[in-house]
Amino acid sequence: MNRVALEKPVLNENNRIAAELRERFRQYGIFCVNLISSPGSGKTTLLERTLESLPRSERVAILTGDIQTENDAARLRRFGFPTKQITTGGTCHLDARMIEKHLADWNLEDLDVLFIENVGNLVCPSSYDLGEAAKIVLLSVTEGEDKPLKYPAIFFKSELLVLTKVDLLPYVPFNITAAEENARRVHPGMEIVRVSSTTGDGLREWMNWIARRRVRQPTLVT
Amino acid sequence: MHEMGIANSILHAVKTEAARYPGCQPQKIGVRIGELAAVDPDALQFCFDVLKQEAGFNDLELEVEFRRRRHHCDLCNDEFDVKDYDLHCPKCRQPTSLCVSGDELELAYLEVEEHEPSSA
Repeated sequence: MNRVALEKPVLNENNRIAAELRERFRQYGIFCVNLISSPGSGKTTLLERTLESLPRSERVAILTGDIQTENDAARLRRFGFPTKQITTGGTCHLDARMIEKHLADWNLEDLDVLFIENVGNLVCPSSYDLGEAAKIVLLSVTEGEDKPLKYPAIFFKSELLVLTKVDLLPYVPFNITAAEENARRVHPGMEIVRVSSTTGDGLREWMNWIARRRVRQPTLVT
Repeated sequence: MHEMGIANSILHAVKTEAARYPGCQPQKIGVRIGELAAVDPDALQFCFDVLKQEAGFNDLELEVEFRRRRHHCDLCNDEFDVKDYDLHCPKCRQPTSLCVSGDELELAYLEVEEHEPSSA
């Protein structure tokens, strides 16, 4: 028997495409974020509020993933920014090839920010690099505050935790301090913002985080 | 849930790698999975066993090395296994943030059957 050392990622092919995408984003100065959460945590609604608050002159685009339907793209397209639905047809996450394919007919020179809304799932999307500058995880207060402990991978790999639906805190037994502590047990120093897309509370902090983080993105002037 | 895709990627890599050893049959593929990789080894084994038949690797074995999350303590210059999300160094009790292993999803090795010496 002959043993050959491989020493490479299982998702080597995905990682290769993701690295190419990351390089293209860097060349064109595009800040790309990958939004991940359980289904129903408020990814699309947060994006609606975000797009609503942006001047139409902002060069923002959205790729939104779901297993079926064009519903989310229809909701997001209303704000006038380039938006595409990625329908995975059963796959529980987006992968780098899907991003590459759906970017193909967009002129990247026209973009500064790309929001990718992943398929609602706290597990599988954590394994697939999409070439993003940062992963962002959302957790709504109608879920359990121990979710970071139950699904550590995505909380470990995300730069920012957005706690959503905080307007519901008076009505649900959700200990927000415990949720934040749990997130930081998995990911020490994790950045956290508390948001209500309904009342608008925290949206300024969310937008400020994006603006601050975007500046840190290295760009190449061509 | 995505273990089918992971198993498929592993078999794809085996196929690519095995092509470099003409006439040899791949026998065992070793992968490393960290506890933060969000991959369930049992589910992966199940998917792998189903897909390997289709890929024509009926005898191919999957060996999973499961890696615990390990942190490094700068003060003690030592590593420790993280248990129950306690990120404090077991020696000096200082909090640590440098994760040195536990999110692996890696191909470690491939074992192929050696060539029979040619009688010609």
